[in-house]
Amino acid sequence: MAAFHFELVSPEQLLFSGEVESVAIPGAEGQMTILRDHAPVMTTLKPGVVEVAESASKTSRIFVRGGFADVATGGLTILAEVALPIEQLDAAKIAQELKNAQEDLADAASDEAKRAASEKLDQINELKVALGL
Amino acid sequence: MPSLKDLRNRIASVKATQKITKAMQMVAAAKLRRAQSAAEAARPYAQRMGAVLTNVAGGIAPGSGPALLTGTGKDQVHLLVVCTGERGLCGAFNTAIVRMARDHVNSLVAQGKTVKILCVGKKGYDQLKRQYEKQIIGVEDLRSVRNIGFGNADAIGKKIISMFEAGEYDVCTLFFSRFRSVIAQVPTAAQLIPAQIAVNDNAATGAQAAYEAEPGQEEILATLLPRNISVQVFTALLENMASFYGAQMSAMDNATRNAGDMIKKQTTLYNRSRQAMITKELIEIISGAEAL
Repeated sequence: MAAFHFELVSPEQLLFSGEVESVAIPGAEGQMTILRDHAPVMTTLKPGVVEVAESASKTSRIFVRGGFADVATGGLTILAEVALPIEQLDAAKIAQELKNAQEDLADAASDEAKRAASEKLDQINELKVALGL
Repeated sequence: MPSLKDLRNRIASVKATQKITKAMQMVAAAKLRRAQSAAEAARPYAQRMGAVLTNVAGGIAPGSGPALLTGTGKDQVHLLVVCTGERGLCGAFNTAIVRMARDHVNSLVAQGKTVKILCVGKKGYDQLKRQYEKQIIGVEDLRSVRNIGFGNADAIGKKIISMFEAGEYDVCTLFFSRFRSVIAQVPTAAQLIPAQIAVNDNAATGAQAAYEAEPGQEEILATLLPRNISVQVFTALLENMASFYGAQMSAMDNATRNAGDMIKKQTTLYNRSRQAMITKELIEIISGAEAL
């Protein structure tokens, strides 16, 4: 299959940049797979997993939370709010994070802390759903 | 003429100062490297964001779209977000940003506009409150934050937007220092609201018109614009951080060198007066012996 250029950036860093064969993204109006010469399209993203196929045998999965995908003539660019490679995550770690977040929410004294904690909790729950745990 | 003991004390104290400035310079150099790589890592996102925004905004009719893009139609009340460092001992870094903001305030006031100031960073607040205490509507303190994350910037961005939506101002400008190199930091003003979109030269081509948007262009813009503001604040904070350490490093380098010069001068003076003292004593002894 023909390759095209794909970039995944989060505010903190450039996570992926290179030639890929296909990318499956969780669009706001449904999952879609981008191949070479896709028509220019712009979509917001739901929390979910981006599947990047660099070649038939080499694929990687990255969890993204919110953001935009921009397909232009130059290729695909994903601007993610939060992006985490799936390999770095495991069920035990997520469960621990979830417990921490719930405790934070219970302990939160100010509105600001409460908001931050509940956002964290939402994020972890979305992550769990996305991974099918 | 200072006594020998005075000179000795003075040299010792300058040496102690030199040790401190030397240490600060090295700490700043180490932190600069980290801040610089953080600023560089964040650049791609800001660039892509700008490009995407240009694409989307190019697709809608001029003058239409969310208020964040078009503004309120007035420019009576200005909000200035002044980002400075939290600490001093960094040469003219804070002063340069504050001076730029102050010039801006003065010119706006001369035009009869209302100015509100939001300070990010303690040093800018300290310098601005002398003159503009009444105009300052808030201070964001980031002193407790060791590594600036997107969350910090997002909080400030949300605050700016909620104030805009409450109709508290019409135009928002961000002041920070762009990091060019260790010795060059450029104070910069960037307009946040209404959003400034880079004009795309090939925007009028057919490829642009075929742009599809999901869910819809308006909805995308409505999420993209607030996001863009947070991103710009984040970039500004990171650039500021790198600039701060750059400025501090060169300031401390200068201080170390000055201390070195001073030690040299004082040591020469010390040795001269010591020799003069010995010569004087010898003369006294010899002339005393001759008199006998």
